Amino acid sequence: MSTYAARPGPGASGEATSHDHPARTSRIVNDFSIQVATVNGSGSQTANNVLMRSIFQMGVPVSGKNMFPSNIAGLPTWFTIRANEKGYIGRKKEVDFLVAMNPETAREDVVNLEPGAAVLFDAPLKLEELRSDLHWYAVPFDKLVAPVCPEAKLRKLVRNMIYPGILAHLLGIDFEQMRKALFKQFGPRKAKAAQLNWGAVLAGKEFAERNLPKTDPLCIEQRDRNQGKIIVDGNSAAALGCVFAGATVLTWYPITPSSSLAEAMIGYLNRLRIDPETGKATYAVVQAEDELAAVGMAIGAGWAGARAMTCTSGPGISLMSEFVGLAYYVEVPVVIIDIQRVGPSTGLPTRTAQGDILKNAVLSHGDTCHPVLFPSSPEECFEFAGLAFDLAEQFQTPVFVNSDLDLGMNNWMSDPFPYPDGPMRRGKVLSAADLDRLGGFARYKDVDGDGVGYRTLPGTKHPSAAWFARGSGHNERAQYSERQDDYVHNVDRLARKFQTMRSYVPKPELRTTPGASIGIINCGSSRYACEESSDQLLTERGLPVDVLRLRAYPFGPEIEAFVDSHERVYVVEQNRDGQLQLLMRMEFTPERIAKLRGVRHYSGLPIDARSVTDAIVKQEGL
Amino acid sequence: MSTPGGTAKKTNRIGLEVMQYRGGKTTLCAGCGHNAITERLVETFWEMGVQPWDVAKVSGIGCSSKTPAYFLGLSHGFNGVHGRAPAIATGALLANHNLIGVVVTGDGDTVSIGLGQFMHMLRRNVPLIYIIENNGVYGLTKGQFSATADVGSKLKTGVVNDMPPIDVCLAGVELGATFVARSFSGDKRQLQAILKAALSHKGLSVIDVISPCTTFNDHEGSTKSYGYMRDHEEALHDIDFVPAYDDISVEYEEGTTREVEMHDGSRLLLRKLARDYDPTVRFAAIELLNRPQKPGEVLTGILYIDNDAPTLIDRLQLGDAPLGTLPVDKVRPSREALERVMEELR
Repeated sequence: MSTYAARPGPGASGEATSHDHPARTSRIVNDFSIQVATVNGSGSQTANNVLMRSIFQMGVPVSGKNMFPSNIAGLPTWFTIRANEKGYIGRKKEVDFLVAMNPETAREDVVNLEPGAAVLFDAPLKLEELRSDLHWYAVPFDKLVAPVCPEAKLRKLVRNMIYPGILAHLLGIDFEQMRKALFKQFGPRKAKAAQLNWGAVLAGKEFAERNLPKTDPLCIEQRDRNQGKIIVDGNSAAALGCVFAGATVLTWYPITPSSSLAEAMIGYLNRLRIDPETGKATYAVVQAEDELAAVGMAIGAGWAGARAMTCTSGPGISLMSEFVGLAYYVEVPVVIIDIQRVGPSTGLPTRTAQGDILKNAVLSHGDTCHPVLFPSSPEECFEFAGLAFDLAEQFQTPVFVNSDLDLGMNNWMSDPFPYPDGPMRRGKVLSAADLDRLGGFARYKDVDGDGVGYRTLPGTKHPSAAWFARGSGHNERAQYSERQDDYVHNVDRLARKFQTMRSYVPKPELRTTPGASIGIINCGSSRYACEESSDQLLTERGLPVDVLRLRAYPFGPEIEAFVDSHERVYVVEQNRDGQLQLLMRMEFTPERIAKLRGVRHYSGLPIDARSVTDAIVKQEGL
Repeated sequence: MSTPGGTAKKTNRIGLEVMQYRGGKTTLCAGCGHNAITERLVETFWEMGVQPWDVAKVSGIGCSSKTPAYFLGLSHGFNGVHGRAPAIATGALLANHNLIGVVVTGDGDTVSIGLGQFMHMLRRNVPLIYIIENNGVYGLTKGQFSATADVGSKLKTGVVNDMPPIDVCLAGVELGATFVARSFSGDKRQLQAILKAALSHKGLSVIDVISPCTTFNDHEGSTKSYGYMRDHEEALHDIDFVPAYDDISVEYEEGTTREVEMHDGSRLLLRKLARDYDPTVRFAAIELLNRPQKPGEVLTGILYIDNDAPTLIDRLQLGDAPLGTLPVDKVRPSREALERVMEELR
């Protein structure tokens, strides 16, 4: 049996226990989850994406979540596809249809299923002996693959394209849509591979037609809910956001789950950011030697005027800590996109968490505070990436974008991204002409009362342009100073600057239910579970709940108003210690603090609605 | 010599006085070798007629890293975090590759905490001047050994170093610096010639300057003291530098001088003294630095020059204008470009 610690399925550590599943008697249309259990590196990702895309093309809202090991090949991996007509695209904890391709985990996967679930499995595993309360579909994959794939060494990969064909038949997925999805997935350059794989799909289809009478109730029916939508992962979305925000310098160090952001960005930069007149690059990318250098280069570039960024995950953030304090104190713009994963230490590198909320808000020694944006969708990954550069330059400070592995690496349905029409807000930068007019400037003087001084860029051709950036104590003129009045004056201004940001960062989003006296506060990818949970609480328990989704730190006044207008507020987040709640406690009155309750999910799997609902039901004593 | 002083109105080729190349008053100890290096930087930049606002000074933490505040007060400077000046300087040059980057660090900054960044800066051939003010000791924390202290070197407290030193010049040649030199803070003429040549060099110049710490490492038993350097410095060659804008034809003896043409057309003249040494041969430099010298001998001079290797900036295929100030129409792709990407994702 697998000794793998964090695995999907009910009862995994850190998750609430499952609830009673309704009996499955009649047809269940467009509302179920499929879990495919395979071995990492066996090519199943392509098959799963084809399956997901086929359902998407049929107009049924769908989401896909890849639960993969920190390994290149050989360890177990699970991919969950959820189809939901109502548009719930968060993770569904219960598995309705299991595709058991991995002998190592098959038995445990089957044991964990709810009664009434369906299982498609590799016939030699003889899983049907395990339980009598499931729908069984045995398929001799090896026998089927041989005729469609004469080349023996390719069979391991092509074999996995058989189950989409079988599922399409059993679930009623349109084969023409599946064919389109498959050829799109492979692209025109791999037409031959696509043809080979399409053969496998058809082999599965033919086998199912002849040998597998349908006994389970699950099916997909055509709808029209996905018109105009795209499928994209959050990291590609954030990468595009940076490219269209005019980012000019990316310095990074590879780390899961953020590497795909940098790699997607390099791809888009190569394609979209070569000056057509000169053939020259309008960007610079450097793969640094470590995260210290990565953020250090970005800070150097920000100092010299670039829209500079890095992307990383928790361990990288820890290494960047000293440099981030420097950028805060010297007041240099830099954007840091954190694709959060499970810590502490190496933790679970391929599992998701919201574990860097508190750390990023106050990263580095001394008194420091940083704005943190919480995107919840690919669209917000795109939008907030652009916004982060505006904020960083307007406030001359590091800005964090806290995405996570679930959002960053999984494929999501999304509305297409709106073109950023506005100007690039580059903040208070004085030119040589400005200096001629002003006669000079004091770098850290709060001229406008918003805590933000004026800066010049190195290379500004003017004898009054220079100022000396230093991480040591300094006065308004950026001169070295150890005087206590200079120090206090300066850090008080920095605090004032942070206060100003409250009205510049994205406001929270409120989702109301009439009659609610209970509230949920959440951020980022916890959104989907919270919204679905509030519907579950209303329909199943008659409990109306309002949901406030925070989109940034520092918080605006809306959050306190929300707490004031509710009797109890559940702060739902994906970490053990309630980091978002702790951040609220830092500034809330005791009366408001007393209203807060925590719902924490930290198994490494994306949070699901059922867990949130169960936790609230329990704490409410319902 | 064009040493400042005397007539206050003396100006350089761009009409600036030497005073305009000075910075704040030094807070280092009297007699510190670093102050002498600061003076050489002031003179060199003035004599070469460099626009001060084209220069970006970067440093880490330590006595040496304080010095960018003491020269070129009209230039931007960044005194960052310990050992990480290479990252900041690299980033600054990515944003604006027209800047003249000058990094001043020390042996603790470069060879201990910052060794990784130093080595990767070498590998990238980042086009800047990197000066290591090397005194073998941590001055600002009151006299601990650094990783360039020689075996047998003694601290004031009597502690003797038994660990071999790391040779920054050897690392420089081996890992990709394209201009490597060693000098002594007290050798005014040689240091100035090296700095001028470095200013004309297109790639990364690493200059290791032995710079005695008068407070913690200038006693008998130290191998980086004034007395020790006076007795043991052996110049590889006598250096002359002729800037491109200078029309003076320097006379030199054919056969004993090697001339190297720099990128901007200026010329570096190396008058051979002790040995027949060609600084353009990498293996020769490595061999020289590895060869056992006379006991205690410190070789100074230009050890290695490669004027052809591409720099980090060359590899990035950038246009002439700095990235940092490109207008929005150069850095934001069109609405149609976004629509095409969206269509592919449908």
